[in-house]
Amino acid sequence: METRGVRIFMRVTSVLVLAFLYVPLAVIFLYAFNSTVGQKWPPSALTTHWFGVAWRNTEVREALFTSVRAALGATVIALGLGSLAAFAVHRFKFFGREALSFVLVLPIALPGIITGLALNSAISSSGLSFSLLTIIVGHATFCVVVVYNNVIARLRRTPGSLVEASMDLGADGWQTFRYVIWPNLATALVAGGLLAFALSFDEVVVTIFTAGPQITLPIWIFNNLLRPTRLPQVNVVAMVVVLASFVPVYLAVRLTREPAPGRFPAEVVPKPQEQLAVASAAV
Amino acid sequence: MVYLAALAILLVSAFWRLDPLSFSVVHRLGLTNFQILWRESVYRKIAVRTVGISAGVTITDVLLAFPLAYYAARLAGSRLKAAILLSVTLPLWSSYLVRIYAWRLILDRQGLVNWTLHKLHLASVDISFTNWAIWIAFTYLWLPFVFFPIYASLERIPGSFLEASSDMGAKWPMTLRRVILPLALPGIVAGSIFSFSLTLGDYITPTTVGNTQFIGNVVYNNVLGVASNQPFGAAFALVPVAVMAIYLLAARRVGAFEAL
Repeated sequence: METRGVRIFMRVTSVLVLAFLYVPLAVIFLYAFNSTVGQKWPPSALTTHWFGVAWRNTEVREALFTSVRAALGATVIALGLGSLAAFAVHRFKFFGREALSFVLVLPIALPGIITGLALNSAISSSGLSFSLLTIIVGHATFCVVVVYNNVIARLRRTPGSLVEASMDLGADGWQTFRYVIWPNLATALVAGGLLAFALSFDEVVVTIFTAGPQITLPIWIFNNLLRPTRLPQVNVVAMVVVLASFVPVYLAVRLTREPAPGRFPAEVVPKPQEQLAVASAAV
Repeated sequence: MVYLAALAILLVSAFWRLDPLSFSVVHRLGLTNFQILWRESVYRKIAVRTVGISAGVTITDVLLAFPLAYYAARLAGSRLKAAILLSVTLPLWSSYLVRIYAWRLILDRQGLVNWTLHKLHLASVDISFTNWAIWIAFTYLWLPFVFFPIYASLERIPGSFLEASSDMGAKWPMTLRRVILPLALPGIVAGSIFSFSLTLGDYITPTTVGNTQFIGNVVYNNVLGVASNQPFGAAFALVPVAVMAIYLLAARRVGAFEAL
C-alpha cells in the first residue's frame, strides 16, 4: 500500500499537472481582456474593448458564421450517417460489418495532415471547387464516428428485453421505436451532436486542406497569428473558440453519464479507443 | 468510400514524379521521390528531428500523465475522480490551435515564464521559437490523450493484487516495479502511440512556436505551398506512416491492443 509520502507526492504532482493543463487556457482568457496591443505579462489594465473591436470586424464575423454553418452542416450529416451506421451494426449481421466500423474510425485516427491531403487530392482531381460544402464534407468524415460511438454505446446499454416487452404488449415496430427506443436514445444523439459540433468548430488542419478561399474562425486565428496588431482580437476569438468547445463537451458528459454516481462515460473520450482499434487492425 | 479512394490516390501518387521541365505530374510508377529523400541530407535531418522530438514528447507525457492517472484511479474519491476525468476531457476536445498559441504568449520574452523567473530572481530564458518550445507545446497538446489509456489500465488493476503484494512484505516501490508497472505497461504503450503518432504527423506546431521544419511542413509545402510537388509530398508523408507501422508492431508485442 502507498505510504504517506507516496500519497503526498502523487497529490502534489497531480495538482501540478492539472495546473499545467489549465494555466495556458487561463492566460488566453486573461489576455482577451488585455488593454494594450503588445502582449506582455502581466496585463497592465483590463478592458472589454477588444470584444467590440472583434465583433465589428467583418472578417471575424464572416469567419464566425462560416464556422457555425460548417459545424452545423457537418453535425447534421454526422447525426444522419452516424446513427444509421450504429443501428445497422447493432441490429444486423452483414458482410463487411467489421470493416464498416474500421472505415468509420479511420479519418479520426490518422493524423489530420493525411486526412487533409487525401481529401484535398480527391477534391481537386474530381473537379469540384473548394467551398463551404467541401469543408462540411471534410468535417463530416471525422464527425460521423463521434455520433456513431455515442449511439452504439447507448444501444448496447439498452436491454433487448425492453424491445421484446414492448412487442409482446402489442406495439408495432413504429410504436416501439417512438415510445421505447427513441426516449432512450435521444440524449445519446444530443451528446453525439454536441461533440461533433465542438470537434468541427475547432478543426484547423483538415479545414486548411478543404477550405480553398473560405475562412473559418480557427483559420482566421492561424492567418493572424503573425500580425502583432491583430493579437488583441486573436485573443478574444481564441477565448470564444475555447468556450465554444467547453460548453458542448461539458453538456455531452452530463448527458451520457450513467446513473451510477462517479461513472465516467467512455464515449466522450473517443480518440484513444479508436486509434487503437485502427492500429490493431492495421498491424 | 470517397475517403478510402482519396487515401488510395494519395498512396499511389507517392510513386509518381514531377517532370523537371514542364512541372507537370508524370503518372508513371517509380521510386524517384524516395531516392531524393534518401540522398538529400536536409530531408534526413528533418526526419531525424521529427522522430527525435516525438520520442522526447512521448517520454515527458508518460512521466506527467502517470502520477495523475495513478491518483485518479487509486487514491481519489469518486467525486474527485469524476472531476479529474472531466478536467482532462475538456482540454482534449478544445481547440488545438488555441492551445498552441497560448504557449507562444507564455514563452514570449515578456511572457508569464520570464516574469515568474524574474520574480524568483532567476535568470530569464529565451526559448520561444526553439525546439524547446516545440517540445513543451507538443507535450501540452497530447497529455490528455496519453492520460486516458494509462488511467484505464491502472483502474483495472484489482486492489487485492496490491494488498497481496504488501502482505508479502513488499514496500511500495517494490510493488510499483513488480506489480503496478507490468500491469500498466500496455496502457502506457497505448498512450505513447498517441503522443508519438500525433507529433509525427503535425506541421502547425513546429512553425507556430518554433522555427524549424518537421516532416509535415515539407509535405504541406509540396502539396499546398510554394514547392508544389504533390508526389514528393505524398512520398515524404509515407515516412511517418512507416515509422508508426514499426512502432505499432513493437507495441503489439507488449499487448498494448488487448489492454483496451
